[in-house]
Amino acid sequence: MEIPRHWRLKQQRYSLVGEVCPHCGNKIFPPRDVCPNCGDEAKELYTFSGKGEVYSYTTIYEAPSGYDANAPYTVAIVKLEEGPMITAQLTDLGDQPVQIGMPVEMVTRKMRNDGDERGLIVYGYKFRPAWKVN
Amino acid sequence: MIDVVIAGIGQTKVGELWDIGLRDLAFDAIQDAVKDSGGLKPQALFVGNMLAPNLSNQAHLGALIADCAGLAGIEAMTLEAAGASGGAALRQGYLAVASGMVDVALVIGVEKFTDKVGPDVDAALATTSDSDFEAVQGMTPTSQAALLMRRYMHEYQVPADGFAGFALTAHANGANNPCAMFQKAIKLETYMKAEMVSEPLNIFDIAPNADGAAAVVLTRRELLLTSFAHPHVKISGSASISDTLALHDRKDMLYFDTAQLSAGKAMKQVGITLDQINFFEYHDMFSIYAALQLEAIGFAIKGKGWKLAADGAIGLKGKIPCATMGGLKARGFPGGASGVYQAVEAVTQLRGQAGTNQIAGAKYGLIQSLGGPASTAISHVLERL
Repeated sequence: MEIPRHWRLKQQRYSLVGEVCPHCGNKIFPPRDVCPNCGDEAKELYTFSGKGEVYSYTTIYEAPSGYDANAPYTVAIVKLEEGPMITAQLTDLGDQPVQIGMPVEMVTRKMRNDGDERGLIVYGYKFRPAWKVN
Repeated sequence: MIDVVIAGIGQTKVGELWDIGLRDLAFDAIQDAVKDSGGLKPQALFVGNMLAPNLSNQAHLGALIADCAGLAGIEAMTLEAAGASGGAALRQGYLAVASGMVDVALVIGVEKFTDKVGPDVDAALATTSDSDFEAVQGMTPTSQAALLMRRYMHEYQVPADGFAGFALTAHANGANNPCAMFQKAIKLETYMKAEMVSEPLNIFDIAPNADGAAAVVLTRRELLLTSFAHPHVKISGSASISDTLALHDRKDMLYFDTAQLSAGKAMKQVGITLDQINFFEYHDMFSIYAALQLEAIGFAIKGKGWKLAADGAIGLKGKIPCATMGGLKARGFPGGASGVYQAVEAVTQLRGQAGTNQIAGAKYGLIQSLGGPASTAISHVLERL
């Protein structure tokens, strides 16, 4: 399924590569070549740190096909420290309750598969609770 | 300026209609609408549909439905804007007649949800969001609404039963709508005990996916037949606005810009202010959407939309009656038909045919159809002449 489509997005899926606007300095994810802040052309690549905090979150019990084997799972909107918001699953939560404002960091995880042992497995970014530095 | 009037209305019952397919559903509504118009002959057909290529493996609905309705030969096409598809079809019909290029336009909204069930329906609905950056994460429109509602409750300190008023109002009004999926009022305790779907969103915060079709016939006022017996209802304002498809790309997720801009533009065309609107058919796909529309349009200040529901202001006797025939919550959410149902229900009110749910002396009705989390908002003001 859709192999070229996922391959094409590998820089975003695996490394959070977005753009920075040379005109206003706005950081953009995903890349879109036109700055949503100032409307000028923005093609300079920028790799995000992957650090951010939870803006909001919820749990999905009844998942769409392709994801139902993993349900329930937690999805969130994460505010990246560089500014943009991003939609992503939260992972590696253990017993830790999720809270708005919780610091998180990007990791690479399996997103879905075709449900067929020979099918494509899509990998991409998820976010886990950030390591605490003591 | 051409007066575009709604000459005919038709609708099927909304629900899980296992024994009737997409084309027959559409035909039922069309037949009623054409008959109600006194037998006007449509020259163009605009179909509002959201997911038939996915749910029913059927694209090209324009030709299919025109053919099945005995209208083969006329101009016919589909308009798709997710949940706002019905509003999009209505607007296209309005533009066609207002331009003077089409004398009689037929607008049909139709959705056949139950051709698929369970995770396949959730996957189909997810295609209306940003496939590469939202749906790929296993996100669904329902869980997205839950994220919005959680953040809203966090920012504005809303109590757990804060949104109950939306479902209570919808169900109370749906009880008197013979086409509604749910025709039974519910109690607060029923809402409070309801199953969580995606916290904090419970089953009563979500409009049910359902089958249904609704149709309207549009024409210029002077083309109405002399035998036409109904009060004349005109489309006085019409506007459609788009925003970022992905929710996370909004500058402020808790403010539905498109709801404000499209409603404001439509009302400006009519030259009326908010206090002249007699009722509002919002797109209560989720209760949080209803609250955010009320705030964006200006019926409530930011963070207080839920209070209108909690205080009874959206009831039939309230300051701004909403979902007067049950809204999406109780009438049901027949996808791309929803926006056309809103038009049919508003015409019913403006003609004075809403029975127990009649808003006395209604002159102006505002209807608003949303695609996704207001990624598209299409607003119409309907006026009794």
